[in-house]
Amino acid sequence: MAAGGADKFSVLLPTYNERENLPLVVWLLARTFQESGNNFEIIIIDDGSPDGTQEIAEQLEKIYGSDKIVREIISVLFSSGTAYIHGMKHATGNFIVIMDADLSHHVSLYFIKQKEGNFDIVSGTRYKGNGGVYGWDLKRKLISRGANFITQVLLRPGASDLTGSFRLYRKEVLQKLMEKCVSKGYVFQMEMIVRARQLGYTIGEVPISFVDRVYGESKLGGNEIVSFLKGLLTLFATT
Amino acid sequence: MTKLTQWLCGLALLGSAWAALTLAPPGLRLPAPYQQALLPLPVYLLVAFGCYSLATVGYRLATFNDCEEAAAELQEHISAAREDLRRRGLRF
Repeated sequence: MAAGGADKFSVLLPTYNERENLPLVVWLLARTFQESGNNFEIIIIDDGSPDGTQEIAEQLEKIYGSDKIVREIISVLFSSGTAYIHGMKHATGNFIVIMDADLSHHVSLYFIKQKEGNFDIVSGTRYKGNGGVYGWDLKRKLISRGANFITQVLLRPGASDLTGSFRLYRKEVLQKLMEKCVSKGYVFQMEMIVRARQLGYTIGEVPISFVDRVYGESKLGGNEIVSFLKGLLTLFATT
Repeated sequence: MTKLTQWLCGLALLGSAWAALTLAPPGLRLPAPYQQALLPLPVYLLVAFGCYSLATVGYRLATFNDCEEAAAELQEHISAAREDLRRRGLRF
């Protein structure tokens, strides 16, 4: 791989009703990439949002240029996996960044330099270093730590945070993993790391600050916990 | 081999070793103090693991970082972003 200038980062942003957050995320990403001098593109994959997310994306494309903002519209309720597959078809970078468009992963993207440790995957973690959360009550922290503990015991994944969805992949690594992973939703994110470990890919970790949703509703309830456990047990039995 | 299979194999191995020693005829048993400790050993280990789990999760809960500065910084970034985008013609 050529040094510095030849790398291009494709950011995949699946969106559903992110009209408020989308321009802010794009602005932050654009600024960070411009400051670090890296070539980038942002691929917005929208799931037929009824709140005007697509108009905002169009305006952003006019502001930043079509080489920097690529817009994809799917009109089926998709899971993360489907969104990434669609997004990757249009990605022209050799590194793929996957993140949520909800501004919860506030990070200065210095982790992009972390990839100079030549990792195949760089994953954000809330649990190590000066990573952490903001605005979480004790109950939510306890559930998070408890769930992570069970995950570590059962899966021994070799990464401290599996349910964060802020990651950097080499393009060919992501393609290979997407062929192998079959889960849906955030269990898919967990499966990627477990399979990556099994396939011998190197995983670097970078602390991130998880600031709770600025706009919009956060999705965590009793149902989420049950489906998390089901997903975890499925991974336990199949990987 | 899946994780589940690994666990089952491990448990089967340890389980049969424990059963073999516990049910061994008098001639093949361990010395008395060890034999006495052997019988409740699985329960001991389970309780020990339980205590370890509680302690670990408790410790991690207590040291879970709160990112005050990150939140404040994010708010600043949001204001800057809104202003800049408005200047560039974005209609929110």
